[in-house]
Amino acid sequence: MTGPPPVDGREPAAVTLRGATVRFGARTLWEELDLEIPRGEFVAVLGPNGSGKTTLLRVLLGLQPLDAGEVLVDGHPARRGGEGIGYVPQQKALPEDLPLRARDLVGLGLDGHHLGLGLRGRRERNRRVDAALDAVGAGRYARSPVGRLSGGEQQRLRVAQALVGDPRVLLCDEPLLSLDLAHQRTVSRLIDERRRNAGTAVVFVTHEINPVLPLVDRVLYLVDGRFRFGTPEEVMTSETLSGLYRTDVEVLRVRERLVVVGVEESGHHHDAVVPAPGGAAR
Amino acid sequence: MNSPMDATANDVLGKLFSLDGTGDLLAQPFVRNALLAAALLGLVAGVLAPLIVARGMGFAVHGTSELAFTGGAAALLLGVSVSVGAVAGSVLAGLVFGLLGLRQRERDSVIGVVLAFGLGLGVLLLALYPGRASNKFGLLTGSIVSVDSTNLQVLVVVTILVLATMAVIYRPLLFASTDPEVAVARGVPVRLLSPLFAVLIALVTALAVPIVGAILVLSVTIIPGAAAARVTASPVVATVLAVVIAEVALVGGTVLSLAPGLPISGYVATIAFLGYLVCRIIGRVRGQVRTG
Repeated sequence: MTGPPPVDGREPAAVTLRGATVRFGARTLWEELDLEIPRGEFVAVLGPNGSGKTTLLRVLLGLQPLDAGEVLVDGHPARRGGEGIGYVPQQKALPEDLPLRARDLVGLGLDGHHLGLGLRGRRERNRRVDAALDAVGAGRYARSPVGRLSGGEQQRLRVAQALVGDPRVLLCDEPLLSLDLAHQRTVSRLIDERRRNAGTAVVFVTHEINPVLPLVDRVLYLVDGRFRFGTPEEVMTSETLSGLYRTDVEVLRVRERLVVVGVEESGHHHDAVVPAPGGAAR
Repeated sequence: MNSPMDATANDVLGKLFSLDGTGDLLAQPFVRNALLAAALLGLVAGVLAPLIVARGMGFAVHGTSELAFTGGAAALLLGVSVSVGAVAGSVLAGLVFGLLGLRQRERDSVIGVVLAFGLGLGVLLLALYPGRASNKFGLLTGSIVSVDSTNLQVLVVVTILVLATMAVIYRPLLFASTDPEVAVARGVPVRLLSPLFAVLIALVTALAVPIVGAILVLSVTIIPGAAAARVTASPVVATVLAVVIAEVALVGGTVLSLAPGLPISGYVATIAFLGYLVCRIIGRVRGQVRTG
C-alpha cells in the first residue's frame, strides 16, 4: 500500500508486519497488513472503536497470535514477555491505597516480570530506576505512594516505567486519555525526546491525533478490516478517509488541528472529531 | 467496698492476665513446640499478608479457613489426621477461589456460597463426631496442645515450601497484584499466579487452623498486612513490618495464654488488633501514608 520505508540496511526495523491477519471467529479484524517501522519513527494508530488498534498492540506484545503472516519486533518474532518493549497503558487513576511507591512502580517495569528476588545487582537496578525517574522529572516524588499522586504525575511514572528497561519499541495505548492539555504536552514531549535521543520506535494508539500531530511521522488508519499506512498528509485527507469509511468524510484543517467530519453517520463514532461539550464519548 | 460484681470482674481480669506459673510452663516440651509453631506461622503469614491485602483477598482467606474447618471436621469423623483434612479442605477451596479471577462481585458471591455450605457441612460433621468436645472446639478456636511433634514437622516443611515458592515468584506476583494490566503486557502469567498464590494461602491457612482456629485465621493473615499498609507503601518495608506484627501477636499471644489456660486465639487476635490500631494512629498522625 505504501512504498517501502527507508531502512538503513544494518539495523533491523523496529517493527515488521508481513501479511498479518487476525480473525475473531468469522470476523476478520484486518488481513494482509504489511508495515515496517524503522527505528526512531513515531507511528500513530487511528481508527474507530473495534477496528483492532488494541489488538495490534497485543500482537506486538506477543499476547495475540496471528492467523496468518508474521510479526517481528526488533528483528525477532514477537513473543510474550519479550525484552526490548516498553508499554504505556491508558491513564487510569491508581487506587489511593495501592501499596507501591513511585520508584516501586517504575522498578516493576524493569524486572517485575523476572523470577527470583533479584537481590544481586540491586545497586545497578536502583541507579537505572533513579535515572528513569529523573528523566521524566519524577525524582521529587520517587518515594511517595503512587495512589496519592495526581493523574499527570502517575502518567509520567508510566512513561518512566515503560522506558526504564531501555526499549527499542515503545507501545502506547491511548496514554493521553483523560489528561489535561498541559499534561498531554508533557507526556508526548517525554515520549518524543526518547525516540529522538535513543532511536526508540513509537507505536501510539490514539483516538485523537491532534495532541501528537506535530510528532507523527506516519499514520496507520484502520477501519473495518481496511487500512492505510502513510504520512499524515497522505492518510488524513477527505479522499483517503472517505475510501476507508466508504462514505463521505471530510477532513478540515482548522488552526493546525485536523477535524474529521461525517464519520458518525457510518455507525462508527470517530473521536478525532472535536469533542462535543462534555467530552468525547468512547 | 467490694461488691460481688467487682469481685467477679477482678477474678476475670486476674484469670485473663495471670502469669502464675508461666515460667514453669515455658519449660514444658509441648509449650516449646507451640511457641516454635507460632513463630513459623508468624513468618509465613507475615510474608503473605501484604499481598493478600493488596489483592483484596480477605474474604477469600476467610472462606479458605472455613473450608479447612470442614476438612478438619471430616477428618475427625473419619479418624484420620486433622491436619490432612484441613489441608485438603483449604487447598480445594483455594483452588476454586484462585480460578475465579479478579472480578470482585462474582468472586465475593461465589466465596459466600461455598463458605456457607462448607461451614454448614462442618457443623454437621462435628455433631456426628462422637469423641471429645475439646477436639471439636479446638478446630474453631485453636489450641496449643494440638501442636505435637508430627504437626511441627509438617509445619517446618510447609514453611520452607511456601517461603521458597515466594522467593521465586515474588516479583511477578507483586507486579500482577498491584499493576495487572502492565504485568500482562510484559508477559507475566497473571492467570497462572492467581491459583498458585491461592494454594500458598491455603497451605498457610491449614497450618493456622489448629493453632488459632478456623474462625480467627484472619487475625494472622489479614491484620498484619492491613496494619503495615497504614504506615508504608514500600512493599519490602510492609513485608518486614507484617512479619514483626504477626510474630509479636502469635508468640506473645501464646505466652500470655499459658497461665490462664485459655485459647490462644483470643490473645493473638487482640495483640494483632492493637498493632493495627497503633499503625492506623501513626498513619493518621503523619497525615498520609508515607514512604518507607
